[in-house]
Amino acid sequence: MKINGVQKEYSEGLTVSEMLIKEGFQKERVAVELNEEIVPKDDYETIVLRVADVVEVVSFMGGGSK
Amino acid sequence: MKQDVFMLGGQEFQSRFILGSGKYNVELIQAAVENAGAQIITLAVRRANSMGEGNIMDFIPEGVTLLPNTSGARNAEEAVRIARLSRELGCGNFVKIEIMRDSKYLLPDNQETVKAADLLTREGFVVLPYMYPDLNTARDLVNAGAAAVMPLAAPIGSNKGLATREFIKILIDEIELPVIVDAGIGRPSQACEVMEMGAAAVMANTAIATAGNIPQMASAFRKAIEAGREAYLSGLGRVRERGGEASSPLTGFLRD
Repeated sequence: MKINGVQKEYSEGLTVSEMLIKEGFQKERVAVELNEEIVPKDDYETIVLRVADVVEVVSFMGGGSK
Repeated sequence: MKQDVFMLGGQEFQSRFILGSGKYNVELIQAAVENAGAQIITLAVRRANSMGEGNIMDFIPEGVTLLPNTSGARNAEEAVRIARLSRELGCGNFVKIEIMRDSKYLLPDNQETVKAADLLTREGFVVLPYMYPDLNTARDLVNAGAAAVMPLAAPIGSNKGLATREFIKILIDEIELPVIVDAGIGRPSQACEVMEMGAAAVMANTAIATAGNIPQMASAFRKAIEAGREAYLSGLGRVRERGGEASSPLTGFLRD
């Protein structure tokens, strides 16, 4: 699967929550998009990732414009 | 003097200075916010860093309203995607639409911005669109349900000041929504001037971030914005095109 543009070799069956921990993200500070659809925080434990998935994990950073 | 409240998206604010958080060390954010007296701060949404680097959320004082922007979006669809992600980050429903196709001057794409405003207001966002100061676009944004319009003074990050002065005046005169002047304002005197003109608020980032002393410049902007607002509310004195008019009595008493 692809996480933030990088190909990762996780096996199938990993939940979103497990992926966040393995990748070292702070769950409460990120939002997750799975194949361009937002994953609600309540579903992190139940949604299982597949090999072909494209995942984006985002957070806030400093910004004014651009 | 009666209290001057700034209403935006159904919320009351006392400060009319919206501060950007880009281009400077997150550790200076608290001092900048405090010195600016800012109650709204803009943020960007980016791919998260897993390296445990300081998260900006740990540095923003409590009670400050977050205004995530959609920077990086090149069209309405991307802006909507970023806005949804920002809301999912759990910090309210304000969003500043920023859509740019041009990477040299960073000018906003007004047409896509109207489209995004329409889509995002339907999803319940408080929509603050960054725009090129065009009256027709501003009217379209009003119709789309925007909470304000945010015309640029000059290209983002340029500190060049009020290049669009006359067009911002038109928006202030014709648009019922708050006009928040955003981008290009480089000095406190320019922020003061737009407030004197009747702008509802000023947004600044680069002017502060590239100053010699960031917290001190935030304070200077705060004073300038307050001064300009007060001048606007009090009504500026008239300009006399020709000749002078004494402020002191001219009747001589030495030569009587």
